[in-house]
Amino acid sequence: MGAVAFVIIAGIAVGSALGLVFKRNAIHAALFLVVNLGAVAVLYLTLGAQFLAVAQIAVYAGAIMVLFLFAIFVLIPGKEETGPDPRRSYRILALPVGGALLAPLAIVLAAAPRGPAPPAAAPDGVESIARLLFTDYLFPFEVTSVLLLAAMVGVLLLSRRREG
Amino acid sequence: MVPESWYLTLSAVLFAIGVVGVIVRRNPLVIFMSIELMLNAANVAFVAFGHRQGSGDGQAIVFFVMAVAAAEVAVGLAIIVAIFRLRHRLSVDDLSLMRW
Repeated sequence: MGAVAFVIIAGIAVGSALGLVFKRNAIHAALFLVVNLGAVAVLYLTLGAQFLAVAQIAVYAGAIMVLFLFAIFVLIPGKEETGPDPRRSYRILALPVGGALLAPLAIVLAAAPRGPAPPAAAPDGVESIARLLFTDYLFPFEVTSVLLLAAMVGVLLLSRRREG
Repeated sequence: MVPESWYLTLSAVLFAIGVVGVIVRRNPLVIFMSIELMLNAANVAFVAFGHRQGSGDGQAIVFFVMAVAAAEVAVGLAIIVAIFRLRHRLSVDDLSLMRW
């Protein structure tokens, strides 16, 4: 059972990686990378790394890929958005697809348990990594904030327009 | 339970694909994405080894790799945008100024 799941997820990961490398369109490549990052997040779950799986989705598939797509849109202006809409049928399909996505979400929300949360479970992957980050790895953890601040300042400096 | 060696094999395959991407593509953005792919492959290996050792150290290191990757992407994309402003073209074949 676990082996079958692994083979499926690994196949998705490898296939999307190949798509990233061999698709000519940069946007397709970026979307393949999102699929790849999602598959790797599922692999983290199978290894008991729940925190990393969520961080992978939030940081990589969320923040970093949005940056990538933004850069692609700025740097590689496509002709798709000008003139008459050649893919009108796709736009019409968007609403039913969105509705189909909403239905399972609604079912899950309806099935969610009401009332107070159950007592905390036994220590799991999240608790162990939290303990490590705030004890053994406290100094690197704090240095990370300096690194991110430095990156932010650097980006502002690089993207500033020269005056005059 | 799936043995850790499978994860390591997958990690190696993903890393190799990332290397191929860096080599064959000419768009710096796609090269950058291939680098992200390689970072992810290394992360898979870290988590697999940590799982095998039964310690959270591998996961902690992956956390730091993610932070470094976020900083790297922000600065790298800013550099690419700055180059594009200067050159108005986007191909690494044109960027041979600093090549020895």
